[in-house]
Amino acid sequence: MRPDVKRTGLVVALLMAITTFLWSTPFLWTLVASFRPETAGGIGMASLVPDFTPTVENFRNAFESGDFVVYYINTAIVAFGILAVQIVTISLAGYAFARLSFPGRELIFYVFLLQLMLVPPILIVPNLRTIVDLGLYGSLLGVMAPYFASAFGTFLMRQTFRQIPRDFEEAAVIDGAHWWQSLWHVLLPMAKPGLVAFSLVSLMAHWNEFLWPLMVLNEPRTHTLTIGLAMFALSTEGGREWGLLAAGTLLVMAPLLLLFAIFQRQFINSFMFSGLKG
Amino acid sequence: MTTVAEAGSFGAVRAKPVLGHRLRRRSLPYLLLAPSLLLLAAFTYAPILRVAWESLYDQGHATGKSTFVGLGNYAALFADKAFGQSVVNNLIYAAGTVPLSMALALLFALAVQRATRFNAVVRALLLFPSMIPLVAAASLFFFIFLPGVGLFDYYLAKIGVRGANWLGDPDVALWSLIGITVWKNAGYYMLFYLAGLQTLPGEVLEAATIDGCSGWQRLRYVIVPLLAPTTAFVLVIALINVLTQVDHVIVLTKGGPSNSTKLVLYYIYEQAHENFAYGKAAAASLLSVSFLLAMSVFSLKTMERGTHAAS
Repeated sequence: MRPDVKRTGLVVALLMAITTFLWSTPFLWTLVASFRPETAGGIGMASLVPDFTPTVENFRNAFESGDFVVYYINTAIVAFGILAVQIVTISLAGYAFARLSFPGRELIFYVFLLQLMLVPPILIVPNLRTIVDLGLYGSLLGVMAPYFASAFGTFLMRQTFRQIPRDFEEAAVIDGAHWWQSLWHVLLPMAKPGLVAFSLVSLMAHWNEFLWPLMVLNEPRTHTLTIGLAMFALSTEGGREWGLLAAGTLLVMAPLLLLFAIFQRQFINSFMFSGLKG
Repeated sequence: MTTVAEAGSFGAVRAKPVLGHRLRRRSLPYLLLAPSLLLLAAFTYAPILRVAWESLYDQGHATGKSTFVGLGNYAALFADKAFGQSVVNNLIYAAGTVPLSMALALLFALAVQRATRFNAVVRALLLFPSMIPLVAAASLFFFIFLPGVGLFDYYLAKIGVRGANWLGDPDVALWSLIGITVWKNAGYYMLFYLAGLQTLPGEVLEAATIDGCSGWQRLRYVIVPLLAPTTAFVLVIALINVLTQVDHVIVLTKGGPSNSTKLVLYYIYEQAHENFAYGKAAAASLLSVSFLLAMSVFSLKTMERGTHAAS
């Protein structure tokens, strides 16, 4: 390598190191502040230097003042509930688009494709009315229902199924298998990367969602983590409980960051795969 | 059919199950699509018709009766200064977040495109903000932006700079939200540029280097044009985000101070949820939907191309 190229590389690396450090300061602060003992008047709360003996007091208080356990359970029900139904709907629809030919296929496919752009948040007002009409207002099912079908997931499964050679199913069909048997035993196991990609994107999108659950859910016992955190943040306003808020925020982010740390490669692949959120 | 079967014709007895089978096979695709289509109809297409219809009516909140008002809601919407401001705010917000986060995303991608351990760590750290809920980001920045004692002012004071009232000053607040959005999304868009860079033909880049192109020329005249499909794809995602994400507005500013951070979706939320001005909310929703639809007509092809490039 030429020396000037090498030097450029070093400068870029240094610049990126600084940028990344600055980019990460909000997280660093959360980490430091959540273990910091309560200080008088909140002075020094902003310091990123951990010049104290760490305490778990903030986490204990967070658990006591917010119903974090309930929020965790509700959020998990919503995120995994949506995913479970989606996997069924997108596998069936993806199979139809990938393997069957039928009149109107193009048109119906465009009906799906258009929904990629008409993302649910833009329709919160009429959808809330539909949820009320269905008697689902205030329930977790009401939060989940609009997401049970996923155009993006269907699109992804169609692509995934198409990449699998037909020979495998043909062998199964010759053995007398029905379409659902070849879907279940042949296609789905081979479509695992696509399913994992979709699952990660979908789980994250719905774990993080705020506005729609906020509109549908009307009592604390059904609240999700994001609603709990928002209430928590608003009640901290003016107070000195910054350590508490930091701990609460960390509790909300932790599962995602942990999942990301474990499945980093899959996460990155699935996001590049997706573009649009589940 | 039955009469033929009753006649005991051998052929007809055989034909019956075959016909049933064919019918089943013909309807199979539609049966498989039915659950998804039903749900899409209920929560995407019917709601659009519903807002279109209901934007023409005035719903008496107290009486519950609705009266036809024609385009009255649209007139009220355009007469409402807060709506006009929310559109202007949204345009500023788009102009502030989209080009900046996309440019940063491209720079980041160029800087960390080689697969080294250092780059892997940098990528992961830059991606972190896009993994967390916008509400969590908002609650972090709640403290960071706190006047006087917050993270920003604390460290700015150390280098002798006086901070601003980041969320309380009408001239600054929207830019603070823009900052949060750029921080949160740049790493996410970086992923698409990383994918895009991998698809670039190596020979072309090499040829450009041999021809004596400087790094800047190579970027300006070779890499950026070749990445156009990726850029179009990221642009669509970024524009959708601009129209559909207001969690930070709800947590941090509630549209204030003096409407300076009111974005269109927040305006809709407020009209429907707090002012019970349902007709106005429906009219504004329909305008947003029309905008997205118009955008989608122009970008469906690009998007399909972009997804292929990304996968």
